[in-house]
Amino acid sequence: MIIRVPARRPAAVSTARQMRSWAFLLPAASTLIAHEASASFNFNFPEPVTPIARETLAIHNEFMLIITILFVVVFAIMIYSMIRHRKRPGYEAATFSAPSNRLQWFWVLLPFAILLFIDFILMGIPAVKAIVVMEDTKTKADMVLKVTGMQWKWQYEYPESGIKFISTLATPRDQINNAEAKGEHYLLEVDNPVVLPVGKKVRVLLTSTDVIHTWWVPQFGVKRDAVPGFLRETWVKIDKPGIYRGQCAELCGKEHGFMPVVVHAVPEEEFIAWQDTQKAKIASAASSADRTWSKDELMAAGKAVYEKQCAMCHQPEGQGLPPTFPALAGSKVVNTPLLSAEGKVVTDTHVDRVMNGKPGTPMQAFRNTLSDTDLAAVITFERNSFGNQRGDMIQPAQIKALRQEGSKP
Amino acid sequence: MSTAIAHPGNPHDEHYPGGLMRWLTTTNHKDIGTMYLTFALMMFFVGGLMILAVRAELFQPGLQLMKPEFFNQLIGVHALVMIFAALMPAATGFANWMIPLMIGAPDMALPRLNNWGFWLLPPAAILLTMPFTLALFGIGDGAIATGWTFYAPLSVQGGMGVDFAILAVHILGISSIMGSINIIVTIFNMRAPGMTMMKLPLFAWGWLITAFLLIATLPVLAGAVTMLLTDRHFGTHFFNAAGGGDPILFQHLFWFFGHPEVYILLLPVWGLMPHVLSTFSRKPTYGYTAQVYSFIAIGVLSVVVWAHHIFTSGMPIPALVYFMFSTMSISIPLAVLFFCWIATMWRGAMTFETPMLFAIGFIVLFGIAGLTGLVLADVAADAQYHHSYFVVAHFHYALFAGGIMGVITGVYYWLPKWTGHMYSEKLGKLHFWLTVIAFNLTFIPQFFLGLAGMPRRIPDYALQFAEFNAISTIGAFILGFSQLIFAYNIWCCVRGGTKVEARVWEGAEGLEWELSSPPPHHSWEIPPVIR
Repeated sequence: MIIRVPARRPAAVSTARQMRSWAFLLPAASTLIAHEASASFNFNFPEPVTPIARETLAIHNEFMLIITILFVVVFAIMIYSMIRHRKRPGYEAATFSAPSNRLQWFWVLLPFAILLFIDFILMGIPAVKAIVVMEDTKTKADMVLKVTGMQWKWQYEYPESGIKFISTLATPRDQINNAEAKGEHYLLEVDNPVVLPVGKKVRVLLTSTDVIHTWWVPQFGVKRDAVPGFLRETWVKIDKPGIYRGQCAELCGKEHGFMPVVVHAVPEEEFIAWQDTQKAKIASAASSADRTWSKDELMAAGKAVYEKQCAMCHQPEGQGLPPTFPALAGSKVVNTPLLSAEGKVVTDTHVDRVMNGKPGTPMQAFRNTLSDTDLAAVITFERNSFGNQRGDMIQPAQIKALRQEGSKP
Repeated sequence: MSTAIAHPGNPHDEHYPGGLMRWLTTTNHKDIGTMYLTFALMMFFVGGLMILAVRAELFQPGLQLMKPEFFNQLIGVHALVMIFAALMPAATGFANWMIPLMIGAPDMALPRLNNWGFWLLPPAAILLTMPFTLALFGIGDGAIATGWTFYAPLSVQGGMGVDFAILAVHILGISSIMGSINIIVTIFNMRAPGMTMMKLPLFAWGWLITAFLLIATLPVLAGAVTMLLTDRHFGTHFFNAAGGGDPILFQHLFWFFGHPEVYILLLPVWGLMPHVLSTFSRKPTYGYTAQVYSFIAIGVLSVVVWAHHIFTSGMPIPALVYFMFSTMSISIPLAVLFFCWIATMWRGAMTFETPMLFAIGFIVLFGIAGLTGLVLADVAADAQYHHSYFVVAHFHYALFAGGIMGVITGVYYWLPKWTGHMYSEKLGKLHFWLTVIAFNLTFIPQFFLGLAGMPRRIPDYALQFAEFNAISTIGAFILGFSQLIFAYNIWCCVRGGTKVEARVWEGAEGLEWELSSPPPHHSWEIPPVIR
């Protein structure tokens, strides 16, 4: 179709044409708006729920305002210059290259005086105050939570009550691999969330068993590294009950993106009730370690432990990801005798490797994180799966005995 | 004597071997500069391809294209390639080409060292990327997967890709130190008669400070990665707490190099900016002396602020306060530079050719990097920004908008001088607008992602981050592909085009514009005298 353009278009026609040219954008725009209605565009920190996070959000907002003003003022001046000081006939460029009198020196030095004021007073004073709040780990805390990062899960420990558990990603692998629809809390859900009471000051101690991890819950305003061999500390005092989600923030290996932090903040009574059920669970697990388990029981329990703790590296079918993560199917280490004739752990055998790990590799010492029953079950399972046919088993009671004598070869 | 001495025009001057041997054996600063720049451009595309693969994976939640371990390799090698094999060689290429022309020297002071400095680069680049290829043949488990920061103990645990990267960094470091020595010796000894230090072109000043920073900090990096190597293979425990070491020690050593490295990448560009701005404003550079002292101040401050990269690893309050305020004080000399750049434009007679457009784009976008950097210095707020996408956006504003766009500015500004031909202004402007729009489309969403709580270096993310990631990926692809226009424009300009005068730009001042375009193979054999 040929559109004849009149030499001088009446204004009305041109408006109509403009509207038509805009009209074709409408469907695109409406889909975008429809999409936006369902989409989540967050332009700032999530809602703060601790004193540190409130402090952080306040200074963040103040600083963003300051730098936005600086940006607008400075570049308004530049854009003004770009418009006014263009090359055109009859316009001569100035030749100055430095301030030449007192008044000019005043105008030149003024921005830096303002900047010094902004840096060290306007931003500096609230910033120092915030540091003091953030590092206030010396005043008395109501309770302690010990967080241990390990590839690729968090272990939480309540030293006062002896509760200790591991928290791992609960999102099914099929969701990650796009084989099924992703859930609402995709990648931000765990099997055992850490539970904390609201309104109590919790001192959080952090460490790691292998590489550096970083414990981060954005709504707490807390991000602190978990360094192997050292203790770091921070604190939280959660204002209101809720479920708060975060992630590991320091690259820690292949599953770095898959070790979320989930905190359930509950009222104190609920926290005490939760603690009691946890303690009861620990007691029943301890007594179950003393009885004799059948091989079928161990195999079933072992499979569950394997899938949660081991399959990430050694893979669901035990094929591993060589060379970093060796296969367990037909593995030399798995296919060693269980214990020496005297019932001791022998170096570089299956039991040794699972309990004590292998330094310098992601293989950690599971002695520190798994219960006697879990260890016995997973060792038994690995020896009798993936084509490994050792046929033997180890009892939780044996692990308990080994652990008491140090379990080192 | 006039500053514009005609070249003697001896026919033997142009004698050099033909073909490959010319490039292998050359000691000519222009040939070596060309090789540095070509190498940098090639590696820029290699590093760019890597990150496009990463952005493609991040287009949607879920793992679509690659395994997490391969993702981790790509992000780390992308950074190492862009920093060590693209930006640094590009700046060294500029120095090789332009410093002798600008200070009236016939060549660099140490030409053979210069040749060796360049020819160390290709083996290093091969070492860095070879593990990818080896993994295809079932050897090893791929390249370094720790990010470019090599943090122990993750790097102690890593596969042989880490060893390759350590050796590559050693070689690149040796090359950079040799280049730095050469530049310092050249600037100190080979200036034309009458060119005092305070008449030295600002580009040379920027590079002089860069060279000192490289010599001061690269050995620390070399030491740190050597300690890592012995931890990995020879049973030492520098970074192993079980043996009495400390993983945080590595972070301190690394960032003692790593923070000055940012200024190593930026100082040559800051040196270049006043030349471009003054040329296209047709007005002398404002505040020459102030800029020189700012370069020196930034150089000194840059080696005393490193721990602001590791605020979250735990430090006593006095250390936190010290590193916060020392970092904030860098804003003063940096603001002096911004002030001088804008004052150079003020009341000039501006035109907006491609180099000027890129220079202005650089100032605005690098301004965002500087201002967000000021906020990042704040310890409590940093706890939220650190290792989130906010930081990723921040340092890309510094290193892409600051570093790469600065280098592009220099290429468009000097390309007619190097080739004797004018590039296509039309393509140049297209390249500028696509770059600026796509760059912001890529990185503005990343600021918001970081604030919302998305950590960096993750191959997959929660659903709340999906929209911004999709936008960012689209931006990244436009940004990446629009750089092909740049390569095409350079290619055409090298091949032919409108011939240009010695003084390519109307307002250009300086010795380099007194020589023909392209300059003769040997220039300034009789030094010009500056009065």
